[in-house]
Amino acid sequence: MKDWPLYEVFIRSRSGLNHKHVGSLHAADPQMAIEHARDVYTRRMEGVSIWVVESSRLHASDPMENDAFFEPSQDKIYRHPTFYDLPDEVKHM
Amino acid sequence: MDTENMQKAMPTLSFEERIEKDEKIEARDWMPEEYRRTLIRQISQHAHSEIVGMLPEGNWVTRAPSLKRKAILLAKIQDEAGHGLYLYAACETLGVSRDDLLRELHSGKAKYSSIFNYPALTWADMGAIGWLVDGAAIMNQIPLCRTSYGPYVRAMVRICKEESFHQRQGYEIMLTLSRGTEVQRNMAQDALNRWWWPSLMMFGPGDSDSVHSLQNLRWKIKRFSNDELRQRFVDMTVPQADLLGLKIPDPRLCWNPERNHYDFGPIDWDEFWNVVKGNGPCNRERLSDRVAAYENGAWVRDAAIAHAQKQRSKQVPAAS
Ligand SMILES: [Fe+2]
Ligand SMILES: [Fe+2]
Repeated sequence: MKDWPLYEVFIRSRSGLNHKHVGSLHAADPQMAIEHARDVYTRRMEGVSIWVVESSRLHASDPMENDAFFEPSQDKIYRHPTFYDLPDEVKHM
Repeated sequence: MDTENMQKAMPTLSFEERIEKDEKIEARDWMPEEYRRTLIRQISQHAHSEIVGMLPEGNWVTRAPSLKRKAILLAKIQDEAGHGLYLYAACETLGVSRDDLLRELHSGKAKYSSIFNYPALTWADMGAIGWLVDGAAIMNQIPLCRTSYGPYVRAMVRICKEESFHQRQGYEIMLTLSRGTEVQRNMAQDALNRWWWPSLMMFGPGDSDSVHSLQNLRWKIKRFSNDELRQRFVDMTVPQADLLGLKIPDPRLCWNPERNHYDFGPIDWDEFWNVVKGNGPCNRERLSDRVAAYENGAWVRDAAIAHAQKQRSKQVPAAS
C-alpha cells in the first residue's frame, strides 16, 4: 500500500440525495479507487453515484479551534424561529 | 433582546466529559494517548480477524456442494474482506499506516481471533462457522455500534448490517444437514462438537482475568463485559441447537430458573491461551497462507502503480 494513496469515498444512495461520506480506501489511481469503492461500499445496491477524493486534497476545519471558529453561530439565536414570541392567535407561521 | 441567552456560549468539555455525555470522539479530536493506543490495538486485531477469517472458509469454495452454496460462500468471504477494509481504514484515522498494520500481522506480532486457528474439516464446518462464529462475532459487535470512537462506530454499523446474512446462511446449512441422512446429521453434530467451545472462547477471558476490561468500559470502547456477552450468546444459541435436534457438547449445560440464564460448564482456558500463544492446530498455516497471499500479490500492486504513473504522465502535455 506504500505508494497507493488514500481516497475518501462519497456515495449518493439514490438520485435526489446528496453524496455522503462513507469511508476511505487505498488505490493506485482514481479509476481504481472508484472500482474498489463500488466493490466495498455498494455491494447491496447502496449507491447510484460514487465520488472519490484523494484524502490529501481535503481541507478541514480544526476541531481544537471549534469554540472560536463556530462562535459566530452561537450568539445569533434570533436566527431561529423559536426566538420570536408571537400570540397564539397567529396561525400558519 | 434577550442578551442573557445570547451569551450562552457552549462551554468546552473535557475528554472525559464528552465520553460521559455519550458524545462521539472523532479522528482529529484530542484524546489521551492510552485511548488512542487501546483503540489501535482493538480495531487492528478486529481487522486482522476479518482477514484471517477468510482462510478457513476459502478452503471450501471449490468444494461447496452446489453452485448456489458456492456463490453464497464467496459472497460471505467477500463481505469479510470488506469488513477488514472498513476496520483498517478506521484504524488508519488514528495515525497508523496500513503497511505498519500488515507488517505486524505478517510478523506474527499482532493478534487475531483465535477461533480461526482451528481447522475447517468438513462442509458442515461452513454451517457451524456461520452459525456459531459469526453469531458470536455479531454478539460482540452489536454493542460496538455504540462505542465512543466515531470512525469505529461507522465501521461497526456497516459490518453489523452485513453480518446477519452470514449467520443465517450458516444456520441454514446446519438445518439442511440435520434434516438429511444420518451421515449428514452426524457431520453437523461433529461440527457443533468441535466449534462450540472455541466459539465461547471468542468472548475472551473471564471478567476476573481480563486485563483491559475496566478502563475500556469506562472509555466506552467496550460496552459489555466478556462474561455478559458470553452468557447472552449461550442463552440465544441453546434453543437454536434444540431446533436443529443437535446436542451441545456440555454435560453441565442446563437452564437455571433462578438466574434466568443457562448454566454452562467451565471453559478450558489452558487450551485458549495455548492457541493464543501460537500453538493451535492451524496458527502456522494461517500465518504462512496470509503472508504468501500478500507476497504473491506484490506484482499486482506494483503493476497498478506503474499503470497509474503511466496514465498520469500521458495527461501532462508534452513540451513543444
Ligand atoms: Fe465479518
Ligand atoms: Fe461474518
